[in-house]
Formats: sequence, C-alpha cells, structure tokens
Amino acid sequence: MSTADLTLTQDGIPLKEKLAKTTALQRRRAFLLTLPLVLFLIISFVIPIGQMLFSSVHNDKVSAVVPNFADAILQWDGQGLPSEETFEIFVKDLAAAKKVREVGRTVGNMATRINYEKPGSRSLFTSTARKAGKIKEGPYKEALIKINKKWADPSIWLTLQRAAHDITPAFYIAALDLKYADDGSVIKADELYQIYLDNLMKTLGVSALITFICVLLAYPVAYLLSVLPLRQSNLLMIMVLLPFWTSLLVRTTAWIAILQTEGVINDMLVFLGFISDDGRIQMIYNQTGTIIAMVHILLPFMILPLYSVMKTIPPSYMRAALSMGAKPLYAYRKVYLPQTLPGLAAGTLLVFILAIGYYITPALVGGEDGLLISNLIAYHIQKSLNWSLGAALGTLLLAVVLILYWLYNKLIGIDKLRFG
Amino acid sequence: MNKFIQQKGKAIIYLLIAAVLVTFLTGTIKAAVGFLLVFGVPLYFMSKMPEYATTGERFTRYMFLVISSSILVFLITPVIIIIPLSFNAEPYFTFTDGMLNLDPDAFSMRWYMDILHNGMAAPQAVEGWWKDMWENAQWIRAARNSFFIATISTVIATSVGTLAALGLSRPEMPYRALITSLLISPMIVPLVITATGMFFFYSDIGLAKTYWGVILAHVTLGVPFVIITVTATLSGFDMSLVRAAQNMGANGWTTFRRIIMPLILPGMISGALFAFITSLDEVVAVLFIADVDQRTIPRQMFSGIREQISPTILSVASILVLISIILLTVLELLRRRSERLRGMSPG
Repeated sequence: MSTADLTLTQDGIPLKEKLAKTTALQRRRAFLLTLPLVLFLIISFVIPIGQMLFSSVHNDKVSAVVPNFADAILQWDGQGLPSEETFEIFVKDLAAAKKVREVGRTVGNMATRINYEKPGSRSLFTSTARKAGKIKEGPYKEALIKINKKWADPSIWLTLQRAAHDITPAFYIAALDLKYADDGSVIKADELYQIYLDNLMKTLGVSALITFICVLLAYPVAYLLSVLPLRQSNLLMIMVLLPFWTSLLVRTTAWIAILQTEGVINDMLVFLGFISDDGRIQMIYNQTGTIIAMVHILLPFMILPLYSVMKTIPPSYMRAALSMGAKPLYAYRKVYLPQTLPGLAAGTLLVFILAIGYYITPALVGGEDGLLISNLIAYHIQKSLNWSLGAALGTLLLAVVLILYWLYNKLIGIDKLRFG
Repeated sequence: MNKFIQQKGKAIIYLLIAAVLVTFLTGTIKAAVGFLLVFGVPLYFMSKMPEYATTGERFTRYMFLVISSSILVFLITPVIIIIPLSFNAEPYFTFTDGMLNLDPDAFSMRWYMDILHNGMAAPQAVEGWWKDMWENAQWIRAARNSFFIATISTVIATSVGTLAALGLSRPEMPYRALITSLLISPMIVPLVITATGMFFFYSDIGLAKTYWGVILAHVTLGVPFVIITVTATLSGFDMSLVRAAQNMGANGWTTFRRIIMPLILPGMISGALFAFITSLDEVVAVLFIADVDQRTIPRQMFSGIREQISPTILSVASILVLISIILLTVLELLRRRSERLRGMSPG
C-alpha cells in the first residue's frame, strides 16, 4: 500500500477519493455555468447550420411529388427505357400531382429540380402534367411519347432516377462546376456555366490581396502606436477605434460618397487638374471599390493584435542589436520581426477569415465584378431559390473558414483575442 | 536640444518652401494647406529623436511618420467626412462650391428633417405632428425597432455570456478549448451562412419574420463579444478573494454579488456595449429573417443605398457616428476604471 492511500481526511475517507469527488464537483459546477449558453447556441446556431448542411445533400422534390414513381424508377436497371408499368405509375402520379397546390409539392417544384440537372426540361414536365390526366388507358409508354418525343430519350429517365434518391451529391457537383453527362457520368460543366469555382477562387484571391494590403498598412501604424508615449498613443488609438466602432453601413456609405464619379475624390482630382471633367475615374461599384472599402473596414482587426504584441516587445532588444553593430535592417529582420510574428499571424488569419465571408460591402459597392461567394450564396437563397445549391456553396465556404479557424486556434488560441 | 530646435526650424523652412512650390504648381492655396497638413503634422512627433541621430535616420523616421499618419488619416477620414457632407443644402454627395467657401446658404438641416418627415402622413400639419412622426416616419420606426431589439438582445447576451465566461475561466473547466471555440464561432462563421441556416430553421419553427427570431439571432451574434471581454477581465482576477469570501461564510450568490460582480462590472459593461453595437449594426440576419415590421436602421440604410441613395442616409450615418463616439468614450472610461481596480487587487 502506498502512503497516499493511507492518508485519511477527518471523516475517515481516503484523501485521494475525497479530492477526486471535490474536483468532479467543481468540474461539474464550471460546466453548469456554461450550460445555458451552450444549449442556447445549439438551438439558435448549431442546429440551424446543421440543417442547412443537410439540405445541401438532401432534396426530396421528386419523391415528394411522385412518390410511387420514385420507388418504381429506383428498381430500373438503367438499360433502354423503363418498363411499361413504370410508365403507368409515372402517368398516374403525375396526374395526381397536378392537383396538388401545396408549396414544395407541386409538379413545378419537381420540374425545377430536374431542370437544375437537365436544363431546358422544365416545360416538358409542366406540359406533360397538364395532359397526363387525359391518358386513361395503356399503352402508357406510347401515349407519353406521343405527347412529347423527349420521353423516348433514356437520359431524361436516368436523370429522374438519380433525382429520385433523397440524398444526392448533385448540388456539390453543380457547386464544383461539374455536371452529369447524358450517360450519368460526371464531367466538366460548359465553359459558360463554370462560375462557382471561379468565384470561390476569386474570393480567396481578393481576400488574400485585402489581407496583404492590411498587413502593409497596419504594420507601421501598430509600430507607431506601440513606441509613442501612452498619452499620444491613446490619442491616435481613437483614430483606429472610432472606425472600428462605427457601423459597417456608415463606412460603406462614406466610401460611396468619397469614391463615386461625382464624389469627393473625383471632384478633388478635377479641381486640381489631374483629370478632366469627362475623364472621371470609376472607383466604386466594381472590384476596386470593394477592395478599398473592405481594407478600410478590416484594417483595425489587423492593427489591434499587432499593436498588442508590439507593445510587449522591450525596445532594449533593438538597441542591443544596434549597439552590437547590426545594421538597422538586419537588426529589424533578426530581432524585431520574429517577435511580431504571433500578432502578424493572428491579424492575418482574422482578416482573411472575415474577408472570405464578407457579404454587405460587396453587395452594396461591388457592382458586377466585385461580387464574392457570399453574394452568390445569398442570390441562390433569396432570388433563384435553388436552396440546395446555395447550401452546398455555403458548406464549401464554411469548410474553408473552419479549417482556418482551427488553424487560428492551433497557432494563437481564440481565447487570446482582445478588442482594444 | 538646441541642435534639435535648429533642425526643426530648418525642416519648417523647407516645408514652407515646398508649400509655396505646391501653390505655384497647382494654382491654388488649398492644395498647399493640405500639403502642409500631411507633411507638417508628423514634425510634431519628431521631438523624441536623440541629438546624435544622423540625417539619414531623421529622414527615415520622418518618412515613417508621414506614411503612418497618412494611414491613420485614411482610417478616420471616411468616418468624419460624412458629417459636413450631411449638412449639404443640395442633394449631392460631395462638397459644393458654396460649402467650400463656407457660404451659410450652402448648408442646411433639410436631410435631418427628412429623417423625421419621410413616411409621415402630414409632415406640414401642426395638429398631431408628434404622434404622426412617432408612428409613421420610416426612420423613426426603424430606430424604435433597432433600439428595442438591441436592448433585449444585449440583456440576454450579457447575462448568459457572463455566466459562461465565469465557467470558462475556472481552472477546473472541462473541454475548455472546445467549448470556447464553439461559443466564439458565431463571430467567425460567415454571416451569410449563419443567416441562411437561421432563416430555414426559424421558418420551420415559426420564428422567422418575428421580433423574437431577430432577437435570437442577435443574441447569438453578440455573445462572442461578451465572452471575450468578460474572460479578459477575469484573466486578471484574483481567485483568493473568492476563497476569502467563502471562508468567511458567504454562499455562491453572495460571493458573486459582493465580490466578483463589482470587480468584473467594467468588463461586463464593455461586453454589453459590444453586444449592443453588434445588434445595432447587424444587417445580414435582419435581411434574411426579418419582415417589414422588424425593419431596423441598418436594414433601412441597406435598401436606401441600394434603391434611391439620398443624403438622408448621410445624416443618419452622422447620427450613428455620434453614437459610436459616445459608446467609445464610455468604453475608454470603463477601461481606465478597470485598470485602476485591478491595480488595487493584490497579485
């Protein structure tokens, strides 16, 4: 027996046991304090996002509209055309579905779903559904083909068979600029429709550029703030914190006022004679405007972590390096820069993460070419109503963000984040 | 020091010569004033240069100051410039000639009056003007919505956030890293994704297009800020104070009320201010979840910028800048108080 087991507390319980009990109680207490918020966020945040992720692979528009047919077509071996019975079930389901008015379960909903994968087939479904009720007896196959010759094309049935599965990779295939060929294999989408990967790449590129500009601009400012006496640096800090605290829309509005063709900068340039009145520069409602406004909005997120790191670097290190004969640039590179790396990493990751998910500023000042991936997601959710595709694009974006977030946690630790 | 004053005197003379040159080249005195502001102000900060500094060092330092002060100007100008622009008498987004010549007729309060008048049934009526304005003016309704939503979400976010921060800063907290990342993640996940998810889920459970839906969303988005500021305050917290209180027979609630709360109050208030400003500024979730009835100020600004941009937006923006300045001042005072308090506690 070890001595630890022999040590007893006053009430005769071994100390080890008593201690374990107390720590367990304390752990439970600490956890209970966070529990209300954890539960709250699970309901208000985690489940909604989980549901959205699920809808990127889940779409039941075919099985909800023509349930019997969905079962039947899944049995089909994919050779030639489906059997006469399957045709019969399809005609009957379609005729029944025509009468449904409930949103999400109409023939139109199914037609839209198929149309995503086979563009131009929407009217085939809606027009056939109108006539399906008139087909009273077989042979159903011939009757259907008489209504529209496209029903003799096996590819439409293959598409239907794919879409009859409630769980489908189709929207990721679309989000990655791929499509199904007529024989069901996955190929590259037509040049004209390759927009999503391009946009994702553009978003990453623009965010990288913004982050880079932010580093360039933030570094000298953070350095200045960290070396000035407290009284002066507090004064200048207001110039960083005031924009940080000002509404995003206010700052975006301000940039519209400043950059537009009839705006302050153009007026000034005309006034100073650098450009003629007809040669006003288009600086807003395009990618340039987006980048300028976003750099301005995200710059404090770079300055603040850099500043808090630089403030802790004793100036004596640089003086020591210089007094031992290092050239200023060399001393900076070998002594100062490595010590600022944690702040640099924190700011870079934070700005990049915030930039790739940006929506408001590109939506307001982006024009045509300044739109980022968030704007495409919002477009599919609010305008085109292709929710599954929007969700698939959202999942891709979320994956990128979460990887970066994980990296941030690994390198810096989210609990080190401070404002002001 | 004498040498430095000489150096400074020399620099000022060079600057003045350059300014005269600029006046000559551009043909206007205003450009020279701008030139002096940009290149002259850094001179003020040069006073810390040691006497033995070489000309090269002085020049590098000077250029560094010019560059960093230009960046600070870049940061602050857009926020400040909209204030004079909002007093424009003309419906333009730029300074008119009259404004530049400080002609009083070129300035007016018309866009501020428009905030009140827009949407009113009878803006010229004398009878029942206040009631009409309070109930019908679009911006006033948006402001009422904004403050209502922001206040309630702030109260909820601050209370649950503080509670969680207390748990997170206990040394015994299990899975701390995991839970912290979960609680901060609403700040990191792109707003469009959060808003989309909420839109679908809240529609299913009947919360979309209601005040509670928007409030729930804003609490979610405000919570990370509360967590960050309150844990920051707690990181300098002396736990022996708690043990001392418990030793003297105080129960958990009394300890919190009499010992912990007064010490972390500055952190709690700054967290609350962050949550408040987040809600006041939030537009993406409102775009997705809210209906016309829940229109907030940012939502109204969003459609204003998109549809028919008028200087009314600039005057609303100026008022918001004023609010930010007030909040920032409160925050700064709190920070100082918190530092004083922490300096008092031993260890």
